[in-house]
Amino acid sequence: MSAPVVIPAPRPVTLDPPRRRRGGRFSGGGPLIYAIALVVVATTLGPVIYAILGGFRSNGQLAADPVGLPDPWVTENYINVLTSAHFWRLALNSTVIALVTTAITVVLGVMAAYPLARYRFKGRGTVALVFTLGLLFPLAVAIIPLFLMIRDLNLNNTLWGVALPQAAFALPITIVILRPFLMAIPLELEEAAMLDGASRIGFFWRILLPLSGPGLVTVGVLAFVASWNAYLLPLLILSDPASQTLPLGVASFSSEHAQDTAGVLAFTSLAMIPALIFFLAAQKRIVSGLQGAVKG
Amino acid sequence: MADGVTTRSAGVAAVAANGSDTGRDGGGARRGRAWPSTSWRKRLEIMFFVGPALVLFALFVVVPVIQAVRYSVFNWNGLGPMDDFVGLQNYADALRDQIFTDAVMHNFTIVILSVVIQLPLGLAIALLLNREMWGRSTLRVIIFVPYVLSEVVAGVIWLLLLQPGGMVDAIFESLGLGGLTQLWLGDPDIALYTVMGVLTWKFLGLAIILFLAGLQGVPRDLYEAAQLDGATWWQVQRRITIPLLGPTIRVWAFLSMIGSLQLFDMVWILTKGGPANSTMTMATYLINQGTDRSRYGYASAVAVLLFGISLILAVLYQVFLLRRDNDDVPKPRKAKR
Repeated sequence: MSAPVVIPAPRPVTLDPPRRRRGGRFSGGGPLIYAIALVVVATTLGPVIYAILGGFRSNGQLAADPVGLPDPWVTENYINVLTSAHFWRLALNSTVIALVTTAITVVLGVMAAYPLARYRFKGRGTVALVFTLGLLFPLAVAIIPLFLMIRDLNLNNTLWGVALPQAAFALPITIVILRPFLMAIPLELEEAAMLDGASRIGFFWRILLPLSGPGLVTVGVLAFVASWNAYLLPLLILSDPASQTLPLGVASFSSEHAQDTAGVLAFTSLAMIPALIFFLAAQKRIVSGLQGAVKG
Repeated sequence: MADGVTTRSAGVAAVAANGSDTGRDGGGARRGRAWPSTSWRKRLEIMFFVGPALVLFALFVVVPVIQAVRYSVFNWNGLGPMDDFVGLQNYADALRDQIFTDAVMHNFTIVILSVVIQLPLGLAIALLLNREMWGRSTLRVIIFVPYVLSEVVAGVIWLLLLQPGGMVDAIFESLGLGGLTQLWLGDPDIALYTVMGVLTWKFLGLAIILFLAGLQGVPRDLYEAAQLDGATWWQVQRRITIPLLGPTIRVWAFLSMIGSLQLFDMVWILTKGGPANSTMTMATYLINQGTDRSRYGYASAVAVLLFGISLILAVLYQVFLLRRDNDDVPKPRKAKR
């Protein structure tokens, strides 16, 4: 962000300080603003902090006073989760499924976006429209036939049974975001590459892919987040506990151990913290991706 | 948003350049046999690039959607031959089932309440935070936290916060409002609004972040000019910022509407549609009837109805609200330069 007030050149310098202060009314922060910000932060983070701190308390402490701090700090809940093989199994499944989904989405997405962005051919508009209309098909509409199809293909309880449909449903947004991105790469580069004897595939591989790195990262992060957080499809496809992902694990742990509030909080916290850190680090990518989708 | 200009002009450039591309091909044809082979090769290349994505998309999106339409006219439990053709009976049954029609109303309630609650709240917070202040970038990251959490994790935490004698009740009591505590998720009259509250917590951050991003596209010199003309803060927001934010707001509302119509995860975790179906949504009804009771034909009819309702609302929205932006858009974008 640039300075809040840009001072036009012809104005006498002596006028600057009062101008700037008046500008402060528009762009500075008074105590009221900080108070509001504090309320927003407390409301936003309250439940998350409650979960993390609650994991350090015992069920007795939680029952006696739902709001208090851990006293004494109990690490048993977290250690129980971290030493359970099932938790690591879930984390591994989630990671593998999210990585495979992301890889398929990004590779097929950028490949499809390339001709749609830079070739001129009959039917280009139709193909682009098919993918754009795909944005309108929610997973819920297709979920029953998908569930039956995956079952008939014997892909239930496998990572492919979740990753392939997830990648297919992530393709429209990926292509919609990547297409303008690839269009923006200057044509001169393509002409220069062609003059130097590169084929279209050579141009795609050596020039387009390296240049579209930021766009690929954005769609990759979006696909990863969506897969990591997915619930409906894995719920139907992954019935075997050994093949399940973290959201399924969190849901079933919380209903199976309903009396063990502290344990549930520890399990939930451990399931969310690593992803939370990663997603917040990638926050700018997610926002720009969402905006890209919004612009179409 | 700022690179909208570059993208757009690049798009124009690409179209123009593509024109010259054909010209080049045409030249080749006149010169010799180069043209047919180029075109053949080009077609192969296009197939190579677009083919895999199209196959995957057709197999796991298009085919299932078509299948849903087909299943919806049969009475079928998912096993054995699908031979009990019932025509539109499933649709008639669904529309006569009060649990389903109530579920549709719940979805509509959530669509409307989401906009009515989140728009003013999100706008107010975005406008207040859109200034140079200490810790602004940290604040933006914090606001984003609920949105990147999975709905399952958020739902499980809120389930515990809302349980009788949980933290929410404790906060009400500490504020002297102990009499107002409810069976938040257990009372059929309250549960839907409790779910609405949790959804607001989960998704308000998205509204704020999108509005803040949109605000960065509002040109600084407009504020300055208004300031020089003696406009108050409120006048500037009302006359300049909010109108220029219009496209962002309308697109956000569209996303919010589509999300509300498909709502599943949060409801499934918090209430499974209960108590007494008071929080049932179209999607939870669909899963409840389909995979839980093996009424696949009937559930497919519900899926088609869900899609139809979403599509009609999406088209209406497009026609009445978003289309305006196609005329509006160039103006603010140009102003940015």
